Amino acid sequence: MDIETAGDRKTVLRLALGRRALLSGVVGVATLSMVRPAMARPSLDAAIALFAGGREVQPGRVHFDIPPLVENGNAVGVTIAVDSPMTEADHVKRIALFNEKNPQADMAIFHLGPRAGRAAVSARVRLATSQTVVALAEMSDGSVWSSRANVVVTLAACIEDLL
Amino acid sequence: MRSMVNVPKTARAGDIIEIKTMIAHPMETGYRTGVNGTTIPRNIITRFVCLYNDEEVFSAELFPAIAANPLIAFTTVAVQSGSLTFAWTDDSGTTHKASAEIVVE
Repeated sequence: MDIETAGDRKTVLRLALGRRALLSGVVGVATLSMVRPAMARPSLDAAIALFAGGREVQPGRVHFDIPPLVENGNAVGVTIAVDSPMTEADHVKRIALFNEKNPQADMAIFHLGPRAGRAAVSARVRLATSQTVVALAEMSDGSVWSSRANVVVTLAACIEDLL
Repeated sequence: MRSMVNVPKTARAGDIIEIKTMIAHPMETGYRTGVNGTTIPRNIITRFVCLYNDEEVFSAELFPAIAANPLIAFTTVAVQSGSLTFAWTDDSGTTHKASAEIVVE
């Protein structure tokens, strides 16, 4: 009788352990799947590297106009101007915007050409929180230039729910 | 969808003209949850194109980080009289078009 009980206890213990292990596994998977959307976005540097496609990103030539302090992250006016003669031989091909902490790193990619006359683009963006925003310019000769800006946001975008 | 484009009516050949465009669109990010806890499906404008006499002079790829009612301002060189056409395409596949005439002297 006693031996049997001890045996039963062991089985129960093993079962309990098994259940605990299983439970922690389930919790682990659940946590992972919850974290995944945030982890799915590439870091700011990774996004920049992807845009540059292995080329060196040099600071300069890009004039990035974005307010340093933003009250409402739902619509932030940005202007990007690039030093370029915008001729057939030397012009800006692409202007891109990337962020550090929004759910997605990409914000916009503008395609320009010599017919633009001037390399200047304006738009309105969303910022989820205070973060770094980077403007990049890809030239016709293949070089990539950048300008960084730190923005403080008091009312965030993207995360608010519908009332 | 309603849109607004601002293009100068006349220009001298070679002038750099500024074009301002805006379209009424919610640019729903797909990251928000509604009252019943379900995610509001994404619906954003992903592509914008500007053609000058059927030749592409400017285009943009847009992501959820673009604010609702996207405003895009850019420039182009006035080369000849004709029309500028604008097209916005969203996630539902709908393309909204607008155009403006320009007289180049």
